[in-house]
This record gives sequence, structure tokens and C-alpha cells, in this order.
Amino acid sequence: MSRGARTRPSTLVGAWVGNGLVTNLGDFESIATTTVGAGGQATITFSSIPSTFKHLQIRAIGRTDRASTLDGFRIQFNNITTTAQYRSHFLGGNGSTTFSGDELNTAGVVNQRFSGATSTASMFGASVIDILDYTDTNKNKTVRCLGGTDQNGSGELYLTSGVWMNTAAIDEIDIVPNIGTNFVQYSQFALYGIKG
Amino acid sequence: MTATYEPISTTTLANSTTSQVIFNSFPSTYTDLVIVFKGGASAGTTEFQAQFNSDTGSNYSRTRLTGDGSTAASSRDSGVTFMRFTGVGYLPNSDLNNVTIINIFNYSNATTYKTVLSRLNTPTQETNLMCNLWRSTAAITSIRLFVSANNFYTGSTFTLYGIKAE
Repeated sequence: MSRGARTRPSTLVGAWVGNGLVTNLGDFESIATTTVGAGGQATITFSSIPSTFKHLQIRAIGRTDRASTLDGFRIQFNNITTTAQYRSHFLGGNGSTTFSGDELNTAGVVNQRFSGATSTASMFGASVIDILDYTDTNKNKTVRCLGGTDQNGSGELYLTSGVWMNTAAIDEIDIVPNIGTNFVQYSQFALYGIKG
Repeated sequence: MTATYEPISTTTLANSTTSQVIFNSFPSTYTDLVIVFKGGASAGTTEFQAQFNSDTGSNYSRTRLTGDGSTAASSRDSGVTFMRFTGVGYLPNSDLNNVTIINIFNYSNATTYKTVLSRLNTPTQETNLMCNLWRSTAAITSIRLFVSANNFYTGSTFTLYGIKAE
């Protein structure tokens, strides 16, 4: 048995964050966190997001009230729900088969998977979502997500990429269930900023 | 706003005689934990696995999505006694070019089962996404990382980070 010592490897110059690398540990900052209380919550809103970061990351656990074992969630920017501005593609697996597809005409970037109301109590899905160059007014905005829920015999795992076809700087993010109405108690969404 | 991504502990193996690395006594004050593993196995065909809180019961399950250069596949294990981050036999030996990033969400809450998302990159064999579930609401206080056979390879590095949410 070897127990960890409080030292850092000389070859590691930064920290891995989700699918990427932060170059300095001090460049990853918590902006805001929402934990859903009893009664649920239909929309998670992060507003007045500082423009001082290069990228954003959302780390979440979630479960919705959809009458199913599975649901997803949509991310909308700057309170815009125009479906023509969003598109997402995904690669997924359900334990036996793989699948790929795209999401057209949806009000927001679609990410998967969270648990639904009929999954076993206490089972929550999880996701790491990166929102890249969120203040760059020369680019449409790109989102990538690793998410999934395993439910001991069922569940799905997804890699998702999405785009908001708008060059406006993002200063508000709204997150809603993809099919259900509310996120249920103990769902949690934490927004972080990553400096460039 | 303050810096919220902090290294907690790092272990680099000086030889190939270690089959497990245990992180314990870490603070409960973070929201998520991230483990970065870069390394391989000492020999043979083996897998990279984990358990929480010394729980060896059948309280784990997992869903896997992988591609090996020719085929994309998904598989599942239910009611098993450990988490796994590789496919069967897919931790290369005598090779340090393998990176696994393990995200452990809300590890200190006592209300939800614990979901773990990981991405394994073994350049010579596969890229692998895994969703592991530990069916316990207990706060995670120790993490045992181990190989299914033989040992970890010399120079393998394990780093535990904590991420705080405000």
C-alpha cells in the first residue's frame, strides 16, 4: 500500500479539468452554485457572469421529475430560446449498443444524461460541461459535455458537442430539464471560471 | 472569488511492487474530487479499478463507451464489487502513456449515491468513457486505486485534486 504524499509531480504543470488542462491551479475559480431544494426547480440561472475569464465550466449532478429513468438538460444563453440558434451532436452508449445523432430545433444546447423520476431513489446523473471562449464576439459559442448516469442495470453515457450560433458574449446561462419540468431536490450545478 | 482547484496529494511509484494506492484523510470541504492517473501496469493483462471506504460489497455498477480504432462499443457491469476505469485487460503494461481522469461528484454529501465519470486514454489500445456508480449515500473518506493483477508500473503517478464550489 502506498499513501499519497503532499507533493506535486515535477512533470505536471497544471490541473486536468474535465476533458482539458488548466495551466495554473489559481486560474480556476468558483463563480456560483445552485443546489435545488425541496419542491424542485424548473430553471437554474446563472446571471451577471463576469467577463474576466477565458472559459466556463459547469459541474453538475442532476435528476428530474420526468416519468422515466432518464432525462437530459438544455443550456440556453442570454435568455435566448430561438431554436434555430442551437444545435447539438452526441455519441452515446447504453451498456449494449452505441448511437450517435444530432438535436435540431431545440431551445438550447442539449446535454445528456441525468436520472429521471422512476430511477431508484438517490441515483443522480453527473456532467462536466465546458463553454469555450464565452466572451469572444467573433465566434459562435461551442459547448462540450461528458455526462451519464449508471443505474445498476440500466443507464446511459454521452459525449456531446453543441453550438450556439450567436457571437454575443455570454452573460447569462439558463439550464432546464430536456423533457421533465423540474430538477429535483439535491440536484446541484456549480459554475466555474477558467482564466486564459 | 477565490482559487478553488487545489492539489491534495500526489504519489509517484518508485518501483513496480505496488498494486494499490490509497488516498484517505482528505478534507471533506471540497465539492468534487478529481484524480489524474498517468501510468500503466507492470506486466500481463490487467484492469485499473477502485473502491470507496473499503467497501468490497456488490454495491458498484458501471456503463462503458469505448472505441478501439475500429469499433465503438458499449458494455455494462451491475452488482459488482469495484469500479473500473478500463476495459477488460486494457491497462497496458510497461507503458506510462496512459492517462485516466476521474471525476468524483459531491463526494461528501450523505444524501445521494455517488456517480463517477472518467475518461481513459490509452493511445495504443482504446479511448474509454466510463460512468461508475457506488450505491451508498455515505460520504467518501477513502479511495483505493488498484490493479486487478500484478502491479502498477514504475513511474506511475496518481494525483488527487479537490474542487470547491461557492
